[in-house]
Amino acid sequence: MKRQYTIMRLRTLAMAALVCGPLVAANFSAAATAAARYSDAGPEPLLARVFEHIEQNHLDVALQEVEALVKAYPNFHLGNLIKGDLLLARSRPIQAFGNIANAPLDKLADLREEAIARLKAYHDKPPANYVPRYLLQMRADQNYAIVVDTQKSRLYLYQNEKGTPRFVADYYISHGKLGTDKVREGDKKTPIGVYHVTGSLSRQKLGDFYGSGAFPISYPNEWDRRNGRNGHGIWLHGTPSNTFSRAPKASDGCVVLANQDLDAISKNLQIGLTPVIISNSIEWLSLDDWQAERGSLKKQIEQWRTDWESLDVERYLNHYSKKFIGDGQDLAQWSARKRQVGSGKTWIKLSADNISMFRNPGKEDMVVVTFDQDYRSNNLSNVMKKRQYWQKEEGHWKIVYEGAG
Amino acid sequence: MTACRFPLSATIAALAAVALVSLAPLAQADTLQDISKLLKQGQQAQALEKTDKYLAGKPKDAQGRFLRGLILTEMNRTPEAIAVFTKLTEDFPELPEPYNNLAVIYAQQKQYDKAKQALEMAIRTHPSYATAHENLGDIYARMASQAYDKALQIDSSNASAQTKLAMIRDLMTASSRPTPGKPVAATAATTAALAPAPAETKPAEAKAEPKAEVKLTPSAVKPNGPPVAVSAQPVAQTPAPVAESKPAPASASGDIAKTLDAWAAAWSKKNVKVYLSHYAKDFQTPGGESRATWESERAKRLTKPGSIQVSIGSLSVTSEGADRATARFRQNYRSASLKTSSSKVLVLVRQDGKWLIQQERVGK
Repeated sequence: MKRQYTIMRLRTLAMAALVCGPLVAANFSAAATAAARYSDAGPEPLLARVFEHIEQNHLDVALQEVEALVKAYPNFHLGNLIKGDLLLARSRPIQAFGNIANAPLDKLADLREEAIARLKAYHDKPPANYVPRYLLQMRADQNYAIVVDTQKSRLYLYQNEKGTPRFVADYYISHGKLGTDKVREGDKKTPIGVYHVTGSLSRQKLGDFYGSGAFPISYPNEWDRRNGRNGHGIWLHGTPSNTFSRAPKASDGCVVLANQDLDAISKNLQIGLTPVIISNSIEWLSLDDWQAERGSLKKQIEQWRTDWESLDVERYLNHYSKKFIGDGQDLAQWSARKRQVGSGKTWIKLSADNISMFRNPGKEDMVVVTFDQDYRSNNLSNVMKKRQYWQKEEGHWKIVYEGAG
Repeated sequence: MTACRFPLSATIAALAAVALVSLAPLAQADTLQDISKLLKQGQQAQALEKTDKYLAGKPKDAQGRFLRGLILTEMNRTPEAIAVFTKLTEDFPELPEPYNNLAVIYAQQKQYDKAKQALEMAIRTHPSYATAHENLGDIYARMASQAYDKALQIDSSNASAQTKLAMIRDLMTASSRPTPGKPVAATAATTAALAPAPAETKPAEAKAEPKAEVKLTPSAVKPNGPPVAVSAQPVAQTPAPVAESKPAPASASGDIAKTLDAWAAAWSKKNVKVYLSHYAKDFQTPGGESRATWESERAKRLTKPGSIQVSIGSLSVTSEGADRATARFRQNYRSASLKTSSSKVLVLVRQDGKWLIQQERVGK
């Protein structure tokens, strides 16, 4: 059973409407109370307090709080805008968010979006006993995983605690100007899928635009390429020095963090290893549901391994989808080759270690499986890193792609 | 007791001339008036020379020092002007004018935090001081503009540079200033320190135009709506005036309640004539504007199309003597475009057996 963890109800608050229009109300679910243990990174707690005081018409206290906020984050544009409104409210009645004459409307809209995104994330934390559905299995040496929710403008950092993902922190992020589901070069969209960090570029090698550094990720992956998606240079990176953060939709496709947040996560990133899963809207599973889901898939993979060892080529081929493509071969070509090779085998010993399983965000039931494959047989041995894409077809997990990882 | 004024506008000059003849030691007033004239004519060097000479004989004189501060400001000798006004705030902390002018200078230097502090002090000493309130409003607007610049990475300084804060040209003595409920002892002490004057000046003073400062520029922002909406937020630091008051006798508060009901009813009925008849002759207009300007403004507001409903709630009346009282209440105002409920303070005086409004303000 999957579940969207809560749906925020937006409420228009009489006083806050003057400043911010529709504002997020604190609509805590029972689970969110348990989420109190989550760490708060960044300006959200102060920002939320500012809005609470505005809501209660304590404008003096709100001004004090917002002054503390911009003191802590001097280049936080949103904080400065609210400060401007609260100051102006002392000299004349104000009507809307950002009461400056001739204000650039696009910038105001961006700041408003940022305010809503930050407050939503603050008030609507994922329940403590739920995990993102994507993190089905991390291998033992994958210390951390990153999951991005573009709709919420949020990045979640999870630690691998003996195989169970444990929430560490979450951060505000920006993504592509034109949204998600990247298809081609220059479309200013952020890709959706299962990726990993492939490198690290230091601040010294980059312009100020990228802030405190950058971490390229593995877009396009095997599935992207198979679907004809192209482009390159999707990074996690920092923010220029003249601003604390950027609008929710601001990048050319990259995932952008505040510099202090990038610094915080960067020490946990392992090049070539740390998964970065980008989703439009994260699905959350209770730990029980998560266990059930990963258990059933693990069983299938184990079945595939023993069926390969069994020398019964047809049973082994039964795990492959009609849509299968691997090593440039479709299912017919693949089957023909396996049958031919299989006829010369007297024994096969196969081990699959360090298995990781990450569910691909989206409507399709698809999981990216990666492992160290040690293949031994009477006439051939091979050690490789293998990647498979498993997809559920009519209730059964089938392999739709297989290749070197 | 308003011994020394520096009348810079015709009306005030006329009023002050009367006052000066009867109130002040003539020589002193003449000297200061001459200096004022010189300054007005742009002859700052002579004005300064004369002031220095005057102050040599009376080094502690507040009027002379205040004038010196003005002259130095006009001569762009800003650090000296700051020093003069700062010293005045130290020696006469009860005077709002030096604080106000300090704030104006700080604002010119874009030191808005300092300007804000100085204005808050000016208002603390005299909660109803209109110029300081307006200037503080301007300071908030400028600080807001600075914050917006930072938020949106734009430069709006051109727009805001056009508003100029009002420097106060005239140091009033405390007794001529609207000071509701200000303890008499303090007033007396202040006045004594500034300009000792014969006791029989009291009646004259009562007739004096309450507004004496000359505004160089009109306030930048003229709010819309009824007086209650004038300030989106009353300045929080304003302390409630300390009133030596006791609960009003039942009859007085009963009369006042009736008066206020009639006032609110006239407002609701948009009967301008009756509405205005509730205001005393010496009503202190909220922005310090002339009575005529204020009346026409009110008439315009009241006769705007659409219904108005004004009602009064939680009235509390404190009397200061038999003929003076302060009424505090919730004013519920509803028109087609605005609905507010705010705390209102009216100072009423009884004249010819009728309670009339002498001051009207928002706040506690």
